[in-house]
Amino acid sequence: MRVRLLDIAHARSGDKGDTANVGLIALRNEWYPILVRYVTRERVTEHFANVIKGSVERFELPNLFALNFLLHGALGGGGTVTLRTDAQAKVYSSAMLRLVIEVPDAEAREAGLPEYRA
Amino acid sequence: MSRIVRIAAGQGFWGDWLEAPRRQVEGGPIDYLMLDYLAEVTMSILQKQMQRDPLAGYARDFITQMEGVLPAALEKGVRVVANAGGVNPRGCAEALLAMARGLAHHDRLRVGVVSGDDLLPRIDELIAAGHELAHMETGAPLSTVRARVLSANAYVGAPPIIEALARDANVVITGRCTDTALILAPLMHEFGWPANDWNRLASGIVAGHIVECGAQSTGGNCAYDWSTIPDLENVGFPIVEVAEDGSFVVTKHPGTGGRVDVHGVTEQLVYEMGDPREYFTPDVIADFTTIRISDDGKDRVRVFGVHGTPPTDKLKVSIAYRDGYKAVGTLVYAWPDALAKAKEADRIIRARLATLGLTFDLIHTEFVGATATHGPLATIPDELPEVQLRIGVRGNDRKAIERFTREVAPLVLTGPPGVTGYAGGRPKVEEVVAYWPALVDKSVIRPSVSILTT
Repeated sequence: MRVRLLDIAHARSGDKGDTANVGLIALRNEWYPILVRYVTRERVTEHFANVIKGSVERFELPNLFALNFLLHGALGGGGTVTLRTDAQAKVYSSAMLRLVIEVPDAEAREAGLPEYRA
Repeated sequence: MSRIVRIAAGQGFWGDWLEAPRRQVEGGPIDYLMLDYLAEVTMSILQKQMQRDPLAGYARDFITQMEGVLPAALEKGVRVVANAGGVNPRGCAEALLAMARGLAHHDRLRVGVVSGDDLLPRIDELIAAGHELAHMETGAPLSTVRARVLSANAYVGAPPIIEALARDANVVITGRCTDTALILAPLMHEFGWPANDWNRLASGIVAGHIVECGAQSTGGNCAYDWSTIPDLENVGFPIVEVAEDGSFVVTKHPGTGGRVDVHGVTEQLVYEMGDPREYFTPDVIADFTTIRISDDGKDRVRVFGVHGTPPTDKLKVSIAYRDGYKAVGTLVYAWPDALAKAKEADRIIRARLATLGLTFDLIHTEFVGATATHGPLATIPDELPEVQLRIGVRGNDRKAIERFTREVAPLVLTGPPGVTGYAGGRPKVEEVVAYWPALVDKSVIRPSVSILTT
């Protein structure tokens, strides 16, 4: 089953130099393991492949049912240098929520995940 | 009942809602008002202002805001802690005192001034003594851009603010300090937490992180169920009610708008986060993976269980330096074929710049309404009602950047049809001020505190 992150998570993003951080939080606590399993560093690297220049790091915060991603080389040089509209990575959060993951049907049904049809 | 200290945040950056500080003091009982004015880039702007006027170099908004706040704060015994001093904390304090002389209760005013974070006059001495001030990401030594440095400030922690409070300051003005120290210091002062009580210090840091961006923890910029957040026109800024053991409740004044819930506070916890296990400050390293958070009733969120470990022997230094010029111009293209026309206009401008033989470090184009925010991830409908072409250039050759600013408006008569939105005039050439994060040994920074009265 295809599941879009917008339907199972919320997010906030910010900047540090040329790096964007995206905190991704499960909409329901029981969906956190789905994020851990399927929103991998590799999957996020692939998602942002044509958007950022550097690598992706992922950190787990099981206490907050959240993952934190660092997207390096994401801001065209960063805060004051960049020519981007989104100089401070404010909307990387919703760019992350566009990501669609593939979850095995049985697991998706058991977790009550909403299917993404598009 | 055990004692509670209430700290209200009244400003999340320089330019935040002007009404917030007064509303925090008047809206209910608080012990401290914390005001954060300094973003990374702010120090260089202030340094430039002080070069033009030796009496400037601080957040002037602070003086205006305090005019409305100070009489009530002095009467109620609310103490103010603000990093409004910028690169001239002493000048900021003098301006505050001059303004306050006309206000009620000004005889009670004791302004604590924290200085010593400004390293600009000491850069050469530090480099000569072997402090490279290397760029934290690239590793390059500061000497490579030394001649272009505009400002250099160490992020100091809680101790000098605690000293000012211990000397009975009721307004503390700092220069560059960590945002979180503005919250941690009053807590350490009130509860007498020792400087090695790592868990309680870390809890104070987490409290600071949650409120330092103002209403971002009370419903502002909140993605979770955003359309149901009530009454944002009347948004309440955050207040932390901290207990002696370091645990605290995030809330806001009754009758204000916005929302404080676990979802919104969690969003703010992950904002601007690096490795959550190591949130570095000069006072303590907080482990954000130990934070426990729970619902504590309407507009109340409880935070507890935070672990901390000793800090390193380094301080972060925020350095700003000149790095060339930039300019950004825009035009708006209307239906039909809005995106195709904007793309053609972009191609034409780039071709003309190339024909002129101008070179830039970067030419960056965005199509606002289509791909400006999410780039290739965006899904674009077949028909767009309008698209804004936004084209920017950056480089060291000021003349080339200036020539670029003359190449945008001509598109109105010499490019694709259906174009408007050029009334703002030519793009402006801006100097680029770049940011250089570095570390320095804690031992070389000696913050000092002085107390001033009317």
